Amino acid sequence: MVRVIVPSFLRTLARVPAEAKFEVSAPVTQRAVLDALEARYPALCGTIRDHVTKKRRPLVRFYACSEDLSNESPDAVLPSAVAAGDEPFLVVASIAGG
Amino acid sequence: MKIRVLVGTKKGAFILTSDAKRKSWKINGPLFHGWEVYHMAGSPADPNRIYASQTSGWFGQVIQRSSDGGKTWETPGGGPTVENGMPRGESNKFVYDGQVGKHLFYDGTLKPWEFKRVWHLEPDLKDPDVCWAGVEDAALFKTTDGGRTWRELPGLRTHATAPQWAPGAGGLCLHTILLDKAVPGRMFAAISAAGAFRSDDAGVSWRPINKGLHSEYIPDKNAEVGYCVHRIAQHPAKPETLYMQLHGGVLKTENAGGLWKDINKGLPNDFGFPIALDANDPDTVYIIPIDPEKGRIPPSGKLRVYRSKDGGRNWKAMTKGLPQEHCYVNVLRDALAVDAMKPCGVYFGTTGGQVYASADGGNSWNAIVRDLPHVLSVSVQTIK
Repeated sequence: MVRVIVPSFLRTLARVPAEAKFEVSAPVTQRAVLDALEARYPALCGTIRDHVTKKRRPLVRFYACSEDLSNESPDAVLPSAVAAGDEPFLVVASIAGG
Repeated sequence: MKIRVLVGTKKGAFILTSDAKRKSWKINGPLFHGWEVYHMAGSPADPNRIYASQTSGWFGQVIQRSSDGGKTWETPGGGPTVENGMPRGESNKFVYDGQVGKHLFYDGTLKPWEFKRVWHLEPDLKDPDVCWAGVEDAALFKTTDGGRTWRELPGLRTHATAPQWAPGAGGLCLHTILLDKAVPGRMFAAISAAGAFRSDDAGVSWRPINKGLHSEYIPDKNAEVGYCVHRIAQHPAKPETLYMQLHGGVLKTENAGGLWKDINKGLPNDFGFPIALDANDPDTVYIIPIDPEKGRIPPSGKLRVYRSKDGGRNWKAMTKGLPQEHCYVNVLRDALAVDAMKPCGVYFGTTGGQVYASADGGNSWNAIVRDLPHVLSVSVQTIK
């Protein structure tokens, strides 16, 4: 069971709980997690990744296990602790503005 | 009768309501708090139907829809049709049709068109499920299913002049859509910094209507496009006449865009963003001059609405109830609107968060609310 935490703005928009939990088949990659998240909460489509290219939006970051995974390949396997549900996959709104 | 003022701000939306007297207002909001709301617009065919453009530099574009006059909202992309009852994300999907193409960028290079946000929503005159959207980078989209899905009408973005269009400081935005109430199928659109355009076939094909415009930023005095049009307005009682607030010019055409002529004599300056017409009189024009040289603030720190009652020949400053010293706000292009009452109500929002209202055609003003976030847009519904 993968655990995903999204920013509060997106929780409100898409009615996502504080921590979303769902199964992801192996291999557990960034792409697989986000595909599953969007399938479960379709109002998130286009808010984290571009609708068409599926590229991460510039001011959104991905963290897990105290690491910034934002610029990793979307098809790279995520840390085993994420796949096991021991650690959450964090979707973070980057700091910007005043 | 009831008046509903829809206010989009940099941090959410607000709905201000009053009875026909327009003296006592109820303020509801913030809606979509924390998100920029570039525009909200109610359907002329069904006042309970309201569309909102909710957008964010972080999370992109969201279209919201209300079917009960703003009490409740939904992202309408398919409704609760998926397994767990969640709406689909299709209503947020604005994808250019076909080849994307390139447009001129600040540095003189050509840059691919890239969707950023919806600037303006224009609900159809007859069908509440039909709505038009003007977007950045400039293009025209349309929904025919109440906002569930959006499709581009590519005729405008693929016009032969489009590679010459360059963004203004606010972006390459299609910010004005006028649906002609008198001539079926005729539409007007305006883009910064490309100019004004006209369609006679409901948005399928377009032609520039910029003859007579002038700009110190364009060396070619006969340039077909490249003008930073800030806003255009039309009145159904005189559909061949349109008014324009240009980036440096207030102009008028009496042949539906065939030729524009200056009408700025008597104004403190010719720069500003919005322009609007009195609902009861096609010759009464409202503008709000802004000083472009001092940081886009009201000239001399005085917030004045200028009104012409004779189609732009003579202008008079409307000041009663507006700050006449130390006022340094701006009023953006979509932030001036009128109601359909007699006398006409006029409303505008400022970058300082005030929303001012006049219930007597601009003679006197009151602030409905003073401390909202930076106001991006104001639109008005007159509800019977």
